[in-house]
Amino acid sequence: MSALEIETSSEAKERPAASRTPRGLGIAGLLLPIALAALWEFLVGAGLANGRLMPPPSVVGKTLWRLAVSGDLLTHATATLWRVAAGFGLGAAVGTVLGALTGALPVARGLLDPTLQALRSIPSIAWVPLFILWFGIFEASKVALIAVGVFFPVYLGVAAAILSIDRKIIEVGRVFRLSRFAMVRRVLLPAILPAWIVALRSGLGLGFMFVVAAEIMGASEGLGYLLVDGQQLGRPDTIIAAIIAFAVLGKLADGLLIAITRPFLAWQDLGRDKL
Amino acid sequence: MLSFDSLSKTYADGTHALSAITTKVAPGEILALVGGSGCGKTTLLRLVAGLDQPSAGKIALNGDVILEPRADVGVIFQEPRLFPWLSVAENVAFGLSHLSAFEREGLVTNALVRVGLAGYEKRWPRELSGGQQQRVAIARALITRPKLLLMDEPFSALDATTRASLHGHLLSLWEESRPTVVMVTHDVEEAVTLADRIIVMQPRPGRIFDELDNPLARPRDRLSPTFEAAKREVLRSLDRSLRDEEPQQSKAAETAGMWW
Repeated sequence: MSALEIETSSEAKERPAASRTPRGLGIAGLLLPIALAALWEFLVGAGLANGRLMPPPSVVGKTLWRLAVSGDLLTHATATLWRVAAGFGLGAAVGTVLGALTGALPVARGLLDPTLQALRSIPSIAWVPLFILWFGIFEASKVALIAVGVFFPVYLGVAAAILSIDRKIIEVGRVFRLSRFAMVRRVLLPAILPAWIVALRSGLGLGFMFVVAAEIMGASEGLGYLLVDGQQLGRPDTIIAAIIAFAVLGKLADGLLIAITRPFLAWQDLGRDKL
Repeated sequence: MLSFDSLSKTYADGTHALSAITTKVAPGEILALVGGSGCGKTTLLRLVAGLDQPSAGKIALNGDVILEPRADVGVIFQEPRLFPWLSVAENVAFGLSHLSAFEREGLVTNALVRVGLAGYEKRWPRELSGGQQQRVAIARALITRPKLLLMDEPFSALDATTRASLHGHLLSLWEESRPTVVMVTHDVEEAVTLADRIIVMQPRPGRIFDELDNPLARPRDRLSPTFEAAKREVLRSLDRSLRDEEPQQSKAAETAGMWW
């Protein structure tokens, strides 16, 4: 959490000042990458290093700009984002439902969990040939691969969260004679919400990992295609531009997820910034 | 009328927690259960709450056998057990979902005033001290106007001053609708302050050792000689309950020693 985020949260005024990240430290994190970039720029500019395989920041910046102006960057980024969104939606939905089932019902846990745990130990990329045979070489196989990648962290997170709900708080629900449905809606769901969001975030991270894999294996557009394209044309600046685009998109998507879910977690009693 | 009829509880692991508990609690009576640790006080309370099932015997409230939690029974646990994702007002109103928002608001405001937390409606539980959280729990249990209120050492985690003020809050809330109260405590002074009758329990298996009527009129003055006398009587009984148990224990130790 950055200093700014803590500042804006509502409880900031009640926290001791020492618990906040000092403002200077957020900037300190930028010093190293900027210094390295400046050094590389200088070395290449002064002719002390060859910038062909590792282009200096100015060249990468120019490539990014060219891609942005031509509209290619938007096309590729949109294609990638669409795949991640579809795969994430699918994987997160199935993972949540199955995680809730195995977490809540011992029968479902006995039946499903061993199989799912076994499937989990398969490296997800291993599915690619099969998925291509099953779903063709176009979008469906890519979305399926991403969905598989997103599924497991979400499934594990939700199942574990349900198993770790405090018995004491469920008893309060029993004392108030909640129906099964009301118990789920009023006690279980809110109780697992923080863990669910963490699971979604790690799922989203894996979604971006798998979209690269899927696009490298064969695509005509997308940031992953841009990577392969850069390799085949011998354009490292294109590759680095695509990597930067991935970093920005991943961070933005994660930030969006945090921003959307933050209002639902305002109740949390977190003292972790202090540690 | 709450009646216990030769109630026994043996847990799945063989622990004989309660044995042949028989007694009656009159409507509006405050009954305190005291006794050394492991004498089944909390087990007894959980059975009355319907959270566990008795192994033998039965508990009946006005003739209905208690087998599961009931709408007219309120429980205050040892810990506040508030829902951290609900505001103070939402926590207090947890058992009122059948009412309209408007009705709920009125009741909640009134209940919070009663426990000295007026104006805390919008706070999160994490922003309250332990004593304040327990007061929210008291308000949550009493707002549904239960006929029977169960309390499991509700003030044990609090300091003496907070405890004394909560006793006051509790009695003033009790005055409103005069529910029957069964409370577990290990604090003899608390028992004498609140209860009309005190049951001293003995462990292994949990059973009733002694029943003491508390003749003091309310409001009770903790510093009066009669209060002191009542307290001494309970302490003496408690002492005897522990002493009676000792020979049994050493016998058990001897037998265990003979094993090899």
